[in-house]
Amino acid sequence: MRFEAPTSLNAAIELLENEAGVVRILAGGTDVLVQLRSGQVEPDLIVDIKRIEAMQTITEEDGGFRIGAAVCGAELGGHAGVCKLWPGVVEAVELIGSTQVQGRATMVGNLCNASPAADSVPAMVAAGATARVTGPEGSRDIPVEKIATGPGQTSLGRAELVESVYLPARGVHSSDAYLRFIPRTEMDIAVVGAGISIEMDGNGICTHARVALGAVGPRVMLVEDAATALIGTSIDEAALEALAQAASSAATPIDDKRGTVDFRIKVAGVLARRAAIIAVQRSRVD
Amino acid sequence: MGKQDRDFKAVGTRPLRPDGVEKVTGRAKFGADLSAPGMLVGRFLRSPHAHARIRSIDTSKAAALPGVKAVVTGDSFDITKVSSGNHDTLANVMARDKALYEGHAVAAIAAISVSIARKALKLIEVDYEVLPHVTDVDEAMAADAPLLHENMFTANLTPKPTKPSNIANFYEFGHGDIEAGFAKADVIIERSFKTAATHQGYIEPHACLANMTQDGQGELWCCTQGHFMVRNVCADLMGMEISKLRVTASEIGGGFGGKTTVFIDPVALMLSKLAGKPVKIVMSREEVFKASGPTSSTSMRIKIGATNDGRLTACEGEFNYQGGAYADSPVQFGAMSAFACYDLEHVKTVGYDVAANRPKNVAYRAPGAPMAAFAVESVMAEMADRLGLDQLEFRLKNAATEGTRSSYGPTYNSVGLTETIKAAQSHDHYSAPLGANQGRGIASGFWFNFGGQTAVSLNVQEDGTVNVTVGTPDIGGSRASMGLMVAEELGIEYDNIRCIIADTSSLGYNDVTDGSRTTFSSGLALINAAKDAKAKMCARAARIWDIPAEAVEWKDGCVQPAGANAGEFEPMSFAEIAANADNTGGPIAGHHEINASGAGVSFGTHMVDVEVDPDTGYVKILRYTVVQDAGKAVHPAYVEGQYQGGAVQGIGWALNEEYIYGEDGRLQNAGFLDYRMPVASDLPMIDTVIVEVPNPGHPYGVRGVGETSIVPPMAAIANAVSQAAGVRMTELPMSPPRVLKAMDDAKGG
Repeated sequence: MRFEAPTSLNAAIELLENEAGVVRILAGGTDVLVQLRSGQVEPDLIVDIKRIEAMQTITEEDGGFRIGAAVCGAELGGHAGVCKLWPGVVEAVELIGSTQVQGRATMVGNLCNASPAADSVPAMVAAGATARVTGPEGSRDIPVEKIATGPGQTSLGRAELVESVYLPARGVHSSDAYLRFIPRTEMDIAVVGAGISIEMDGNGICTHARVALGAVGPRVMLVEDAATALIGTSIDEAALEALAQAASSAATPIDDKRGTVDFRIKVAGVLARRAAIIAVQRSRVD
Repeated sequence: MGKQDRDFKAVGTRPLRPDGVEKVTGRAKFGADLSAPGMLVGRFLRSPHAHARIRSIDTSKAAALPGVKAVVTGDSFDITKVSSGNHDTLANVMARDKALYEGHAVAAIAAISVSIARKALKLIEVDYEVLPHVTDVDEAMAADAPLLHENMFTANLTPKPTKPSNIANFYEFGHGDIEAGFAKADVIIERSFKTAATHQGYIEPHACLANMTQDGQGELWCCTQGHFMVRNVCADLMGMEISKLRVTASEIGGGFGGKTTVFIDPVALMLSKLAGKPVKIVMSREEVFKASGPTSSTSMRIKIGATNDGRLTACEGEFNYQGGAYADSPVQFGAMSAFACYDLEHVKTVGYDVAANRPKNVAYRAPGAPMAAFAVESVMAEMADRLGLDQLEFRLKNAATEGTRSSYGPTYNSVGLTETIKAAQSHDHYSAPLGANQGRGIASGFWFNFGGQTAVSLNVQEDGTVNVTVGTPDIGGSRASMGLMVAEELGIEYDNIRCIIADTSSLGYNDVTDGSRTTFSSGLALINAAKDAKAKMCARAARIWDIPAEAVEWKDGCVQPAGANAGEFEPMSFAEIAANADNTGGPIAGHHEINASGAGVSFGTHMVDVEVDPDTGYVKILRYTVVQDAGKAVHPAYVEGQYQGGAVQGIGWALNEEYIYGEDGRLQNAGFLDYRMPVASDLPMIDTVIVEVPNPGHPYGVRGVGETSIVPPMAAIANAVSQAAGVRMTELPMSPPRVLKAMDDAKGG
């Protein structure tokens, strides 16, 4: 097994391009190291991207923020600008692991690990975030929901990596929220996750909404019917009920060690409703 | 609360523990912390199948890999020389003709590195004939269930069964006429319950370092609750004389009963013997879950009858415990303890010990009692509600007291159940208001406690300090308690006493640290060893004064002339006599060897408040109070710790912990991510109340306190959740999907 820690993006791409065997990209390493230790994977090459300076930074861009692939949860949580603009994304990232893990784990790593239960992903999808994918052919920006194609599977080409994620600018009366259900209070993995982003007009009517669910299908899903249930309403009780029903209807979970089909379907609606209420409250604070 | 005339000086105080600094600074040496020159790494190959016949094992390719120094399979051990009582242990340590559960060890290798060891394991070829499997207790008891052992005929059944089954043992306890008792009842409640298997969940995985030399002598360093047990079992499995194997117990990162047997130790010794080098084995967490001891999953039926005024007329219970591959369930203790809290005229319990394709069961804190208490105390709570009686009053009315004939046979002497119930009644927790979606649960519980074989030494040093040597590994602060009892008996400062756990060559046989026995038994032995030392010191003083030994006495930590006739001498202090030892006959020591009896039973009563999320079934523990009889709390802080720890493990068992098996009979959650033990933020501060009703069987009144605290929690929590959710919960764990479904079903029905 070879371990490389390039200091430029081009060098990283070149390493990926020239390796024919099994490759793992290491940012925080909180997934890769677990896979290594359990014998799940025996990579021929590990490319550590933490030494690439651009990947370590959060940059303001067109009123939004570009977050480098190696930015850890603790840094993101400590960034006042991101916390103010996208509190739901930050709270989702901060749910990953423990305080110690927060010092390593990255949002982009969470995205590329392609777990349907990844906490930060529904929040990013709801936020309309885009991922900048870079490879030998150059860079392209794609919606984050296009990264994962199934559990552990991504749309990335073999020499491609996600360089950064962009969280866009947003209007005045807007906010977001993420909730997950776990049977404990921390150190657990989502049984259901719900991310919601809303924008209200001056009269308190929802003009824009995105709703994403985690752990209720093979990948995080954007639920358009759930967003439709909110748009054009004041997000009153009837809208919340319609939202919950749309979320539950969209859920296609499985029975497994973490929860049952019936439970996940019902709780998808419960969490979507609760997250919407929080997002509305936050949109008023501004 | 109980009273004791004696005025204690050291016992009952809360000094620092002698092992504290090493532990908080990371310097304490646990099982995996020792290394030896030339040490090899030992690793296991384990069965991927729940049930399979092993047609053949070909280890030749693995053995030929450079860096591999030894390979062990079941055939490496000569079973014909192993005592029959250890045959199951041997077969569990290394499978012989069949693999009986996923994770069952089938081979092991010793290599010079982890990576070579991993490669070598992949080169071992095992030819399995996969067999049908069974993991559920009720299914395993069915007539057409896959059979684990062709030679398993249920013991204690009359007539003796003619066909083999998965039911290894039948037990029956009780007295009176159960039908006559139910005939007198105004209300009868009968319910069935199920509980999932849980693991002890100790943080430290099993680890050992074995070193066999060419002259047939061996040393073993391991993490265990009983190194004398490890020595005897390993010597038997290895065909060694007991005295040629020296076992040292490391510090222990939790055991809770799960480290009262051997898994890796005999294999490490065999690998070391074959390789001629030291071998270290450390289990992974996955191995701990798959191949070390969980406790039983159960299926139970309880029937209780009572009069309208709240007197129990009859109690009946049937307990089916799944005991793993070799049917080692603690169902006997479950059936014995189920109704032990109550004064009953008519009581009957039966228990079935059932084999299934799961890991061999090992003891888990009050083995067998928590599940039985969950079932019994759930029906007790329902009965109190049905009769319109206060939960604690109902229990008080039926509580066992001194002179009660217990449900398992013996008549109690002094016991403290009513005292714990009364303390709960007067606790402000009991009258605190509850909010919406909240419930309060009450349950009482019982544990036997144990004494057993114990040998200790006490050496008086020339500066007046004392070294104390015991053979019972310290799993809960017992070294501090030993120091306090010796300080009390000798009348010297606690800080002048240092207690260690000696290796197996230094003392006579000591039973395992289990059955809440250590503070009771090793403490009892040490009090006697201190008396032995004091008698010798009296004789030394008599010698110095040149008066008869009978003419001196021990008083206020000094030796004094027994009376005016003995002569006029200044009292000699402990330190003075110690300083003069070399002139008066040499070193001064005290010893005691005993098979201790008189361990007093211990009762507890728990109260818990919960809130249930009506939309998700999530249960939050709001407040928890443990009331338990300690007899005499030697070190109250560690007694409180035992109360809190038992309650916390019970909370995990009640809410989320469970062994989850797939259709393929494989364990799906062999890790702490999906085997959901509570984390600190899940828990409120656990309040404790120490009740002290002295145990007549101990000079200071001490009762074991380590186990009773895990008996009531699941019942107390189930009663609280049932109240908050508005539906009776009869299955553990009460995980959110199960609670939500029960609430939805109740609304629909």
